[in-house]
Amino acid sequence: MLIKKAADLKESDVTPKELFLKRREFIAAAGVTAAAVATNGLGVFGDDDSVAAQNPNAQKLANLKKSPFSTDEKLNSYRDITTYNNFYEFGTDKADPGKYASTLRPRPWSVVVEGQCGKPGTYHIEDIMKWAPLEERIYRLRCVEAWSMVVPWIGYSMSEFLKRFEPTSKAKYVQFKTLVDTKQMPGQTEPALQWPYVEGLRMDEAMHPLTLVGLGLYGEVLPNQNGAPIRLVVPWKYGFKSIKSIVRVAFTENEPLNTWKQQQSQEYGFYANVNPQVDHPRWSQGSERRIGEFFRRKTLMFNGYGDQVASLYSGMDLRKFY
Amino acid sequence: MFKPIAWLLCLAPLAYLIYSLYQDLGVNPIETFTNFTGIWTLRLIMITLAITPLRWITGINQLVNYRRLVGLFAFFYGTIHFLTYVVTTFFIEGFSNFDASGLAADLTTRPYIVAGFTAFVLMIPLAVTSTAGWIRRLGGRNWNWLHRLIYITAIAAVLHYWWKVSVKLPPVNPRNYAILVGILLAFRIWRYFAKRSASEV
Repeated sequence: MLIKKAADLKESDVTPKELFLKRREFIAAAGVTAAAVATNGLGVFGDDDSVAAQNPNAQKLANLKKSPFSTDEKLNSYRDITTYNNFYEFGTDKADPGKYASTLRPRPWSVVVEGQCGKPGTYHIEDIMKWAPLEERIYRLRCVEAWSMVVPWIGYSMSEFLKRFEPTSKAKYVQFKTLVDTKQMPGQTEPALQWPYVEGLRMDEAMHPLTLVGLGLYGEVLPNQNGAPIRLVVPWKYGFKSIKSIVRVAFTENEPLNTWKQQQSQEYGFYANVNPQVDHPRWSQGSERRIGEFFRRKTLMFNGYGDQVASLYSGMDLRKFY
Repeated sequence: MFKPIAWLLCLAPLAYLIYSLYQDLGVNPIETFTNFTGIWTLRLIMITLAITPLRWITGINQLVNYRRLVGLFAFFYGTIHFLTYVVTTFFIEGFSNFDASGLAADLTTRPYIVAGFTAFVLMIPLAVTSTAGWIRRLGGRNWNWLHRLIYITAIAAVLHYWWKVSVKLPPVNPRNYAILVGILLAFRIWRYFAKRSASEV
């Protein structure tokens, strides 16, 4: 019942350029709200010219496969994506990670794999990056705080990654942990959250073709503030599920306790599927601000990925399993 | 005598905001704009509340001449803050689609919004009755009682701020404002009892 709504909402229904032009019409028609006219007239919400302004020192990633899962919506700029982040390991202000994440050393880096699997061990990032052809996946990202972006991620399906470790039949969930190192992540000296940051997925969620091992964005390796060198990207869940700078992967029988659920279980659950019908206790989840736009948009069930993922949750009460 | 300076000082945040609008309000300009007008509303409420104790301490009675000015500017920034929230949150995908039920739900059920809205609404009668005509019409005693609503506004405004950022620990800024409100209200309680015991003597 909750799921049906997504079926009649397709990506092609939303054309940012039209919306952009429409917005100008409305503003013109409405005449004079000082703020709106000022901000739009000034280009605060206009096209951003910094799209191509990547980090010249970052390793480039070439020969990327295009993905049928990519949206054709207008991308957020490199600046949007790299200077507005929730990554409390570097501070709780959204500008902090962009300013302070240079202390993170994403090379050398290895990921420890453990738990219910045939091939536990320590794997190096250089090898991980070669395990499957790199794809560009342009996904919507919806933060639980009711803002959203469109991000050109680079990576490959998480299923390609997880299969390598030969999970056993006892592996019902997969748990991920972020690095703990107060030298590299100075925000961890504050008790903003309990460290390390922990996230988890049910195995069928983790193996879903949309679930991505994030290794880069905008044609280069991941910037530190976006979770270098390896992160999770789950586009139909709120952004906090997509854990950054992963050092541990564990296959488990029981549902892992994720950090935000541990912190505030009335507000954040294990599933954290984008759902406009289940509000956050402190704000509505029915609409969102796409970064770069003046008006809010309606939030789509499963962030618009309902056609692909709704069946994962058939029969579940999504109000209870929020 | 210093009225023009007080005007300029109260307008300075607005000038800075307009300047920033032409420069750069960051990746989420609406958030920056909303936070900026919100924090200046709170600061001006604090200054308004500080004037009377300052007058007691310093004995400079002329300070009271600036209280209305600062208070009205608090209301001015609060109005911009409130309208920004309404316009940028509840017009969905254009000015033709207003989510009135979403606004009503927010104003009545979300604790931090309820607190903020209370703070704002209680400032309206204070702004309306801030003229000499209204002081005369109400009489000084009634007027004074009415204007004690500012105490509730101040407490509600701090709660609004605190609950909005509560998850991000430690909430240093809201806590500092809470302490400030506590001190400013404690002055009045102390004064009240000091006066009462003086009149008993």
